[in-house]
Amino acid sequence: MPAGTLYRGREGMWSWVAHRVTGVLIFFFLFVHVLDTALVRVSPEAYDDVVATYKTPLVALLEYGLVAAILFHALNGLRVVAVDFWSKGTRYQKQMLWTVMGIWIVLMAGALYPVLGHAVREVFGS
Amino acid sequence: MSAETTSAVGPVEGASLYDVDNPAPLIEPPRKRTKKSPKTTRTNFELYGWLFMRLSGIVLVVLVLGHLLIQLVLDGGVSKIGFAFVAGRWASPFWQTWDLVMLWLAMLHGANGLRTVINDYAERPTTRFWLKNLLYTATVFTVLLGTLVIFTFDPNIR
Ligand code: HEM
Ligand code: HEM
Repeated sequence: MPAGTLYRGREGMWSWVAHRVTGVLIFFFLFVHVLDTALVRVSPEAYDDVVATYKTPLVALLEYGLVAAILFHALNGLRVVAVDFWSKGTRYQKQMLWTVMGIWIVLMAGALYPVLGHAVREVFGS
Repeated sequence: MSAETTSAVGPVEGASLYDVDNPAPLIEPPRKRTKKSPKTTRTNFELYGWLFMRLSGIVLVVLVLGHLLIQLVLDGGVSKIGFAFVAGRWASPFWQTWDLVMLWLAMLHGANGLRTVINDYAERPTTRFWLKNLLYTATVFTVLLGTLVIFTFDPNIR
């Protein structure tokens, strides 16, 4: 394994893979999301029916996953911008990735109760 | 120098043939663009695309993370969402504008990103062509639908 290069199997490559996978996932979600929001033009009942699925425990889990994907893509996207525009960006790319992961873990822990709390109450009784 | 001396590469724009000060034939740099070279069809599209990904990304951090905070965390999380909630939000031009800008930036950012992904993995020209056609069609459709929904929203639909 050639050491000292940015890519090729090290942190740089895996963060790029994760950035790509999360970006594609978010795009597909957004496509569906605009379609479901468009139901407000059909009728209040049609919209509320579909939004009801967003409130089920299983979908809450998917929402947590979506939050995970977006938070990673957003934070790592800022890291990519820093690597490209900050003169010391490439030198600190690895440290910045671990900073990204640190902030990500903290925010994911913070999102646990707001996003999944209602699902847990529903599954395990109030 | 005598007038019948001819250049090895033919008369070069604006420059005289060689004389005492230019004893050797004048040879143009190989890729020099002159009045005679065809108009270039190249643009800086990829550069602007690259820049757009970064600038829109920075704006999207605020718009999308703010949106998620409002929809999933504040004021009861998803449980509060419903037609009445949306009606309340889109009564305000501020949130209409927020959603509109978020819609356009996220769709264009995502579509441009997906274009890169297709270019990377779809190697056969026909596959690339059809995948990108599908992508552009879906993108135009989604952006127009979302825009229409924001502008024509009617809280008294019933
Ligand atoms: C599960 C998480 C999400 C929930 C519960 C949610 C909820 C909503 C709701 C209730 C609306 C209606 C208008 C409003 O209240 O502002 C809306 C609109 C919108 N959301 Fe989300 N959202 C989520 C995630 C996202 C994400 C990740 C994006 C961007 C990538 C996004 C982009 C949009 C856009 C562009 C609109 C406007 C749609 C239109 O023009 O018709 N949303 N969302
Ligand atoms: C939340 C703020 C966001 C930031 C800071 C951000 C940042 C970035 C950056 C800087 C790139 C370029 C990466 C590169 O050239 O290597 C990128 C690529 C991409 N983004 Fe985003 N983005 C954000 C939101 C989104 C959203 C909402 C979507 C989906 C609708 C999305 C989908 C994509 C895709 C598909 C790519 C292409 C990935 C690749 O070529 O590997 N991004 N993002």
